[in-house]
Amino acid sequence: MVNGKPQIPFLGVGKYQPRGRKAAPAICSNKDYPDSGDKRVADLETALRKCGLRDGMVISNHHHLRDGDKVALMALEAAARIGVKDLMWFPSASFPSQESAIHLMEKGVIHHIEGSMNGPLGDYCTQGRMRGMGVLRSHGGRYQAIQDGEVHIDVAVIAAPTADFFGNADGSHGKSACGLLGFALADSIYADRVVVVTDNLAPFPCVPWQIQGNNVDFVVEVESIGDPEKIVSGTTQITRSPDRLRIAELVAQFLRAAGIMKNGFSFQAGAGGIALAFVEYLKQMMKQDGVKARFVRGGSTKFLVELLQEGLTDYILDGQTFDLDGVRSIANDPRHVATSPFTSYNYHGKGNFASLVDAVVLGATEVDVNFNANVVTHSDGRLLHGIGGWQNCLFAGCTILALPSFRDRIPVIVDEVTTMTGPGEMIDVVVTERGIAINPRRTDLLHAVAVQGSKLPIRPIQDIKAEVEKICGKPARPRLGDRPCAVVKWVDGTVLDTVWQVS
Amino acid sequence: MSSAVETTYPRSAEAGHWGTEVRSDVHVAFEARDSGGVEISLESRVAPYYGTAILEQTRGVLSELGVNDARVAIHDEGALPFVIAARIEAAARRAGIALGKRSLPEQHPLPPPSQKDRLRRSRLYLPGSEPKYYINASLHGPDAVILDLEDSVHRGEKDAARILVRNTLRTVDFGSCERMVRINQLPLGLEDLAEVVGESPDLILIPKVEESEQVREVDRMIGEIKTRHGIIRPIWIMPILESALGIENAFAVATASENVAALTIGLEDYTADLGVVKTAEGRESQYARSRVVNAAHAAGVLAIDSVFSDVADMDALRRWAEASRAMGFEGMGCIHPGQIRVIHEAFQPSAVEIEKARNVVAAFEEAQNKGLAVVSLGSKMIDPPVVQRALKLVERAKAMGVTS
Repeated sequence: MVNGKPQIPFLGVGKYQPRGRKAAPAICSNKDYPDSGDKRVADLETALRKCGLRDGMVISNHHHLRDGDKVALMALEAAARIGVKDLMWFPSASFPSQESAIHLMEKGVIHHIEGSMNGPLGDYCTQGRMRGMGVLRSHGGRYQAIQDGEVHIDVAVIAAPTADFFGNADGSHGKSACGLLGFALADSIYADRVVVVTDNLAPFPCVPWQIQGNNVDFVVEVESIGDPEKIVSGTTQITRSPDRLRIAELVAQFLRAAGIMKNGFSFQAGAGGIALAFVEYLKQMMKQDGVKARFVRGGSTKFLVELLQEGLTDYILDGQTFDLDGVRSIANDPRHVATSPFTSYNYHGKGNFASLVDAVVLGATEVDVNFNANVVTHSDGRLLHGIGGWQNCLFAGCTILALPSFRDRIPVIVDEVTTMTGPGEMIDVVVTERGIAINPRRTDLLHAVAVQGSKLPIRPIQDIKAEVEKICGKPARPRLGDRPCAVVKWVDGTVLDTVWQVS
Repeated sequence: MSSAVETTYPRSAEAGHWGTEVRSDVHVAFEARDSGGVEISLESRVAPYYGTAILEQTRGVLSELGVNDARVAIHDEGALPFVIAARIEAAARRAGIALGKRSLPEQHPLPPPSQKDRLRRSRLYLPGSEPKYYINASLHGPDAVILDLEDSVHRGEKDAARILVRNTLRTVDFGSCERMVRINQLPLGLEDLAEVVGESPDLILIPKVEESEQVREVDRMIGEIKTRHGIIRPIWIMPILESALGIENAFAVATASENVAALTIGLEDYTADLGVVKTAEGRESQYARSRVVNAAHAAGVLAIDSVFSDVADMDALRRWAEASRAMGFEGMGCIHPGQIRVIHEAFQPSAVEIEKARNVVAAFEEAQNKGLAVVSLGSKMIDPPVVQRALKLVERAKAMGVTS
């Protein structure tokens, strides 16, 4: 049981087969909405009152404005002012700037959070101070939980960089432009009530309508929905660490040696320093070999945009936009396509894009000798990252974890991960600065690089682990408490692991 | 070292670094006491994993240093054990304790001895007080690493850096890299030798050499320490000429000892000595560099170029390195791992050169087999120096891995 709901433990990849019908919001009718299409109300408090927000309800927000978001706290504080208690806050991810949600939990406005937590919110959870259990889901898992009714959203509050009075909303224009609004898509369809909050009201029609006004109850205009400097970075920076550059280059060389980098291929890499550098190395190799990708998956940055503009990929299928070049590109280039967790990651769809991607480059905090990986907790058990799309991406043809072999003396390759976030059978390659470990299950990849006779440092994962432990010493295992404070869900909604209170 | 006896020491001292910006280092505050035993306090970002190990190591190091009564406060930023040991020893010595004593970490097996004329295309500078760069340095594939005690180490940090470099030579696996140490200008450099030579570095760089006697002095001291430690493997010398006078004495310096394996030039100081601006084209140092190349070849040692200081401009580095090879240099210094590949490519013979050399070598071998004194290739007769050059080029290309 988690927060009063029965749970199914993880049964294995592809083993759990849910039955029944998907959830749906209550029936609504045109007659209850103004013929003029004007759904504006004075402020968030009014909107939440009209939504019928009550004690114990579920309120949702989204992280497309990232650390620059002001709307989530605005909504939660408005809820506090109208005297509502014990809400379940259901953000698609939380950010350090939302630290004051702790205050709202202390005051009883928020009962608990189901969504990624890190920084101060993560500590609050792992110190066992939250009243309910944290539930960590992937982006796809969040969509799945909404679709199968595990989470019913009473009120969704969606921040919109541009919107019209009807509630059509777009993320790619306006002073607070962020690119995409895909993380709010499920909420807009399945929540009972949907509020759009904008600081850039456009005359009807607001196009493109990434969020359809036909799903929206109320529109609220505010001075500012976010801090533009923290929404997207002006420029994304490639790592300058020689060790990390080496990792990035090894990843690119591996894709070439394994024959994955070929005409019409596809890949996904995030916006971390190693991932960005990987894209630059891969780009040089694609040019040298005359290879072109069919599509690349975002989070987009200027580096992916350059691939598109230089004709090295036909499309960017984007999930979120990390810098200004990405925002400009998605606003202007029809080959830069907005996607959502529904198209890309959702478990209850009839397929999704993640398994169509040839190679994905991800990070992790730990990986064990069986290739199981942890992305949510630090080795000492503290919550460090959300799952994001990480679990969903594991379904790619070749999943590569690119990591330094140790951080601050702490080895990254361990006997057993602190928190299982990704099963080892889904993880194919671990690339560190000291060598590349291929999962023994992937005999095809081992064979491919052997045939190429590549000079790549391919090594058993145990070898790399032993070398690092020789340098760093074998770390003691930190003592974790025996009280659960959060669970990690697998993409199908089963419980993969538990996060324990940190002593 | 003899002056140490007369120096009065504080009862407490510190060594190392800590703070949010610091990684892989440790700060040790040491306070000598007359009684009360050893008291250790530890703050570490890796405490849950290594707290116990650090405390245990600290007690071990103090005991090796003969310290029975002291208060030691450790702020650790994820330092590796060889760094922790070096910082404790440095702090204790600064407090006037444990003079003449050492705490040597467990030794990593020494790599094979280095050859006098080995490949030295690139040598990566590692500042002597920045331990975070050491562990992964060899992964970037330079021919050599230089643990630097001179310009990259602050005057007040020389004593601590020396101990750190000693521990590094002893414990860090630099793979197939040649392990070089740049000591300080004499006479300070002699104190560096006293600390590091016992750990069998492969080569010592002597900065600001102007007279052959300076090389001989270093050579003598290395020889004495080697004898004392029973070291038989070679420790080569690379003098750095950094002044007009040094350049004038290039040949004498290069021939000062049989242990001189290479001769190099330091352009920052050389251009300063001349009072000219150092440019990316290097016309102002053309003469000096040519002189170094000529003297080195005359002495039968490698001519090695200076460093290229703009780490962002890879195109200019490539132009410099290609010109450098064309002048007769066989390598240059790197101040960033990113420079290594460009330098290796620039110092690598082209496919056409290798092909020509291979043909010459084949013709030479054929002549040898037939017992002919004259080597000919097609209609051309090949002179012995051409054969020698071709043999050397093929051998170098093999060492670089560009041909088999």
